[in-house]
Amino acid sequence: MSMPYYVAPEQVMKDRADYARKGISRGRSLISVVYDVGILVCAENPSKSLHKISEIYDRIGFAGVGKYNEFDQLRVAGIRHADTKGYAYSRDDVDARSLANVYASYLGQVFTHEMKPLEVEILVAELARNDTSKSQLFHILYDGTVMDESNFTVLGGDSEAIATRFGASFVEGMSLSDALAKAVAALAGPDRVLTADDLEVAILEDSNGRRTFKRLSSASLKELLEKS
Amino acid sequence: MSFPLFSPIDDPGPSFLGTLEKVGLSPFAYGESAKFSSEVLSVPHGTTIVAFKYEDGVVMAGDRRATEGNFIAHRRIEKVFAADRYSGVAIAGAAGPAIEMVKLFQTQLEHYEKVEGVTLSLEGKANQLGQMIRANLPMAMQGLAVVPLFAGWDLIREMGRIFAYDITGGRYEEVAFQTTGSGGRDAKGTIKAGLRPTPLTRSEALHLAVSALTEASEEDSATGGPDLARGIYPVVATISVNGFERASDDEIAVISSEVFENRVGIGGGQ
Repeated sequence: MSMPYYVAPEQVMKDRADYARKGISRGRSLISVVYDVGILVCAENPSKSLHKISEIYDRIGFAGVGKYNEFDQLRVAGIRHADTKGYAYSRDDVDARSLANVYASYLGQVFTHEMKPLEVEILVAELARNDTSKSQLFHILYDGTVMDESNFTVLGGDSEAIATRFGASFVEGMSLSDALAKAVAALAGPDRVLTADDLEVAILEDSNGRRTFKRLSSASLKELLEKS
Repeated sequence: MSFPLFSPIDDPGPSFLGTLEKVGLSPFAYGESAKFSSEVLSVPHGTTIVAFKYEDGVVMAGDRRATEGNFIAHRRIEKVFAADRYSGVAIAGAAGPAIEMVKLFQTQLEHYEKVEGVTLSLEGKANQLGQMIRANLPMAMQGLAVVPLFAGWDLIREMGRIFAYDITGGRYEEVAFQTTGSGGRDAKGTIKAGLRPTPLTRSEALHLAVSALTEASEEDSATGGPDLARGIYPVVATISVNGFERASDDEIAVISSEVFENRVGIGGGQ
């Protein structure tokens, strides 16, 4: 019987991480920002029907970058998890932290045990009740690493450069139009200009009723971009 | 709670009930309990609900009483609910399973919308409700029947529509009006007499809905009329192009007083 080649675990993990990162960096990035009365999620996405951003529950939004079929499957599973929990217990018992943990343990499980890691990074954003500044952004990586941010976070291959650009212009408690303008500028970088047609934008805001998630239509997006 | 991720072969898709079945939380999985008794259980029952069309869409209304045999079980129960933004469901029958079914139905409509990114058509919603009522048939055979009315604004055809059901989930679309529950027959008489060839305005429609329920409450002991002393009024909602809108208690209070004023001195106080 032939012995399999020995490969050091460090090498296996590194190869998998490189593979996942390479897959993620093929797609476009997205930014999520807490503004004065809500949470903005702004993604570079030329498609009008294949969404990167979605509603999960009353106060919870989802966004994903990387391989579409993989993060879409996670999105649907998140909706199922939240709806099942809200149905079995109460709408008040559905929270982003527990959902982020479930996502993280699944991504971690796949990363260490499966042939191929998931080539995704996902965001679970929850709008806090009463005090928007206490809102939470959970950024979850392909290997199950969870980071929680309270101001802004950037997902995608080029995230470090975009985060540096955005961080330089970020101020706490910005208005929606300011936050959007800065997010779009950071996503575009110095050499490009992004228009409303290149973007997919959604917000979580209390003015929308029980379900705080709202997708911004192309018209209202153009209006907001012109305002700033 | 496990992570509800399924292989493409047995994925329940946008069906919330399908997901509940997969994770073992289906409200229709009775196991042995469905067989243990042939007696009719004594549980609260909701009674009279009405729905009819008016110029902007559909009015739905329900009284506030639940009865257990000849007792009044609850005075303030609500039987008219928003199913989603553009539709409403009103329930008569065993209150427990009915309210549970409404919760499941509401979650299902929202679940579909979130998973698919688009809302179900009004007919799609009406069929979903029919399937849930059919799934409840084993309980209906034990006397725990749920007989709702469903009404909504059809965004494709741009009109209000009303659907009635039987306990097997049979779905029947109504042209102008329908009532169910123990006082339904009395309420129906009032509605038939009140409808005109020209559609009613909103205010006429609310008035007719309250009159019909008041009439039913005077002839049927299981139906509660407006309770002016306690300030308990029927739930009346309109569904139009603006969506499901519940009329405020203050507005229904005024209408209820007017309905009672019409009765002063009529029929020798009968």
